[in-house]
Parts: sequence; structure tokens; C-alpha cells
Amino acid sequence: MMQFTCPHCGPRAQSEFIYERTVDSVVPLDAPSQEAMAKLFTRSNPRGVDDEIWRHTYGCRAWMILTRHRVTNEISGCRAIGPEALP
Amino acid sequence: MSRYSAFSLLRGALTGHRHWQPAWRDPEPKSHYDIIIIGGGGHGLATAYYLAKVHGLKNIAVLEKGWIGGGNTGRNTTIVRSNYRLEPLHNLFEFGLKLWHGLSDELNYNVMFSPRGAMFLGHSDADMVKLAERGDAMRCDGIDADLLTRDQVAKLEPLLDMSRDARFPIQGGLIQRRGGTARHDAVAWGYARGADSLGVDIIQKCEVTGFVRDGDAVVGVETTRGRIGAGRVGICVAGHSGHVAGLAGLKLPVESQTLQAMVTEGVKPMINSVIMSQSLHCYISQSDKGGVVFGGDPDNWPSYAQRGHPMVMEGAVAQGLALVPALSRLRMVRTWSGVTDMSFDGAPIIGETPVRNLFLNGGWCYGGFKATPASGWTYAHTLATGKPHDLNAPFSLDRFERGATIDETGSGPMPNSR
Repeated sequence: MMQFTCPHCGPRAQSEFIYERTVDSVVPLDAPSQEAMAKLFTRSNPRGVDDEIWRHTYGCRAWMILTRHRVTNEISGCRAIGPEALP
Repeated sequence: MSRYSAFSLLRGALTGHRHWQPAWRDPEPKSHYDIIIIGGGGHGLATAYYLAKVHGLKNIAVLEKGWIGGGNTGRNTTIVRSNYRLEPLHNLFEFGLKLWHGLSDELNYNVMFSPRGAMFLGHSDADMVKLAERGDAMRCDGIDADLLTRDQVAKLEPLLDMSRDARFPIQGGLIQRRGGTARHDAVAWGYARGADSLGVDIIQKCEVTGFVRDGDAVVGVETTRGRIGAGRVGICVAGHSGHVAGLAGLKLPVESQTLQAMVTEGVKPMINSVIMSQSLHCYISQSDKGGVVFGGDPDNWPSYAQRGHPMVMEGAVAQGLALVPALSRLRMVRTWSGVTDMSFDGAPIIGETPVRNLFLNGGWCYGGFKATPASGWTYAHTLATGKPHDLNAPFSLDRFERGATIDETGSGPMPNSR
């Protein structure tokens, strides 16, 4: 199991968190249909580092952005989400 | 290549078994092939075999970054079935199931296909309605499916917890008697031997690192063993579809996740069929060696790690123990995991890509093994003719933007369908 450092609660077991989606697949409310389709249905899915949105569902219930390597599981950052954090 | 037979075994026995030859060659890559298949798993090797056998093509290579069958072909739970509700899915898998039934003869290689029956359990009235609907849909297309009563399930699998206060009470089931299991490694080896004998070059330890482009077309691949030219290139790399397609600048409707499986020590026969529960998501069968093989949900977040997390394993084990309490007396001897390319409707993608001469076979989620012969057959047709076979036409890459998804479970645009 991984350990995430929640920006609000500190280090917690991964089992308290639920994965949502990657940051680059959030659909902006005013996205044209082509862009919305691409964001909904495709992923860059890198064999390396990506920014992911997780929720501390069984904790403070806040959303956060986790930067994680998908082969080594190395976590290089976990930051609170806010209006300025999203693209 | 010599044919395997009881006679050749006997003759070998008389000469100290010195007659064995390597089952396939280890050729150096040529400078150009008509068709290159990236990925030497079951699907890629089956594709090469049918390209040579059915379409008569000779100048074909299969490129594998590791060793053949070392990816998901060697990491699945070996279940073979075609009991899907939606027509495009059950038609594709049923075509495969028919090929499975003659595969050992076709390949002259014992793939140990064992049609012992694949059974879904129903745990509630709603489950039984769902199973009946699925069975009806299958039978309308001529695929065998029998709804089982509670007593029939208990008779088939005496070790299931059938008590009324069981954690997951069992009300009945749906069985496909022609389904079962097969020896996963043998499938890769059998197709490899068959393809090699028809002139296909199987090149191992050859990782594709890029595509050679000429305008909007792919004309070859860059590999760790040099540049190789190609008329057409077919991607067939399961969990790594997103990575390899990314080398050609494509972004796919897949997300890679880890799926775990595990096996107990070998014991005498205790599980007669393949027991599956889709309401729980647990599947249990017993290998011919005696080990009880089971698996559950994928680790539901993106990963290319080829190793899973104990938390998810614990969930699968808890379900297995609740269904078959006797499993608690067995030791688990191995666990492993594979990288699965979870598509956004739970169905595979087989067909053209926006890049000319580049084709894709992927997005099998964790249901690819059973489709190996059908996947190879239809992908070979697509690669040979440039057009989809009737069976894989619905599984085109552009179905998502056309709104024509094949969503067996109605789960919507997320890569965690099951």
C-alpha cells in the first residue's frame, strides 16, 4: 500500500483515498465538443509521471492533486486543489 | 519442423530423447517486412499465425521487447468463455470459443483446453433476472447458456457456502458448459511454433522505441535492434497500448491499471468448474496441477508497475473465502499481476488508427486471454486487407467519438468497467 501525505491531514494510508482521474482529463465547462470528447474519452496514460486527482474519501473528504510515477509508485508531490490548481 | 505425435514421442524415447529441436527459430531482424506486429503475446502471435495460414502472407515479423508470452499471456487466470450480453461482444468471443475447441489439433500443440463449464453465481433476485437476461441474449445468437437453480449449483460445486446465512447467499447461477480454462503459456508457445513454421520471424528482446514516418504514414519502426521497414504495423501490446501508441503521437481511450491474480498450493480436485461472481467480482478455478487460481478487481488507479497492492488482494481473497470457506485451509503460494489497458466502455479496440498503415489491437481490459484466437483471426484480416472483419468492425477506435460505445455494464466514460 502507498502512503499519501494529505495536505490537510498529513501522512495517511492509501486505502483512505479514492482515485478520480488525471488533471489533464478534467473537462472545462465551456469546452467545445471536440475538446470535451477528447478529455472524456482519452488519456495520455504515460509510463512515467502524471498528475492525478485523488479524494481523501475516508478522511477529510477533500480533493487533491498527487504527482506519482506509474512504474515506481514514487510520489513527488501532493497539493491541495483549488480554482488556481486546475488548468 | 517435426510434427508432435505419440509416435514421435515413442521414437524419441527409444533414442534417449535426443530428437527435440527448438520450437521456433531465433532470427536476426531483416531490413523490411510487409507486416510488423509489435508484441509477442498470445494475440500478436495468433495474428501472425493467421496472417500466414489464412492470408498466405510470408514476410511477417513479431517484435517482442522481452520474451514471448512473458506479459499478460503468462499472467491471466486462463478462463475461456463467451457469455457476454451484447451482440458484438458475444459474437466475437463465441467465434473465439469455437476456435478454442479445435485449437490443439490446429496447432499440433496441446493447449490443454478444458471445457469444464464457466458459471456465474446469482446472489439475489436482481442477479437472477440479470443472468436470465444475459442467457436469453446468448441463446438468441445460438450460444449455449443454462440457468441453474440453487440445488443445481450446489450439486456442481459442493464446496460453495450454500447456507442461508452465508455472507453472499447463492440463489442460482448461469452456466456456459462449453467454457472452461486452457494452459496460458501453451497458447503462446503453440501459436509461436505454428507461426514460425509458416515463415514468420519471431524477434525477442527487440523493443520498439519509435515509428518511422513518411508524411501521414508509418513506414517502419525504430527498435533496440535497429530500424526495420514495414508495409503495415500492428500494435498488439495489451497494457502498454497507451505507451506504444503515444510513440506515434496518438492518445488512446485507455488507462493502464494493474490486475492481480493468485494461486494456492496444489490439492486434489475441489473446484469442478470456473466459479465467477460478477456482483462481487471474484473468479475461482482449479488448474490441472491442482492449485486454486483466483482473482478479483484491478487496482483501480493507473499503474504500469506489474505488481499489485495487498489491499486489493485482500479484497479478492475475502470474497473467495466467503464463497468457498474450505479455501481458508490452503496456503497461497504465489501472487502476481499484469498491466491491463482498461478501455472506456470495457470492450476492446481492433482496427485502424488515424495514422496510415498503423493499426491497433488493444483495450482488452482484463478479458483478453479468452479472445486470443478470435483477436488474432480478426486482426490478421484487418492487417492483411486494411479493412475490418465483420466481427471486429464494431470495435473500431473511432466508436467513442461516434457515440457507438459497446458498454456491456453501462458504466459510462470511465476506464473501470467490469
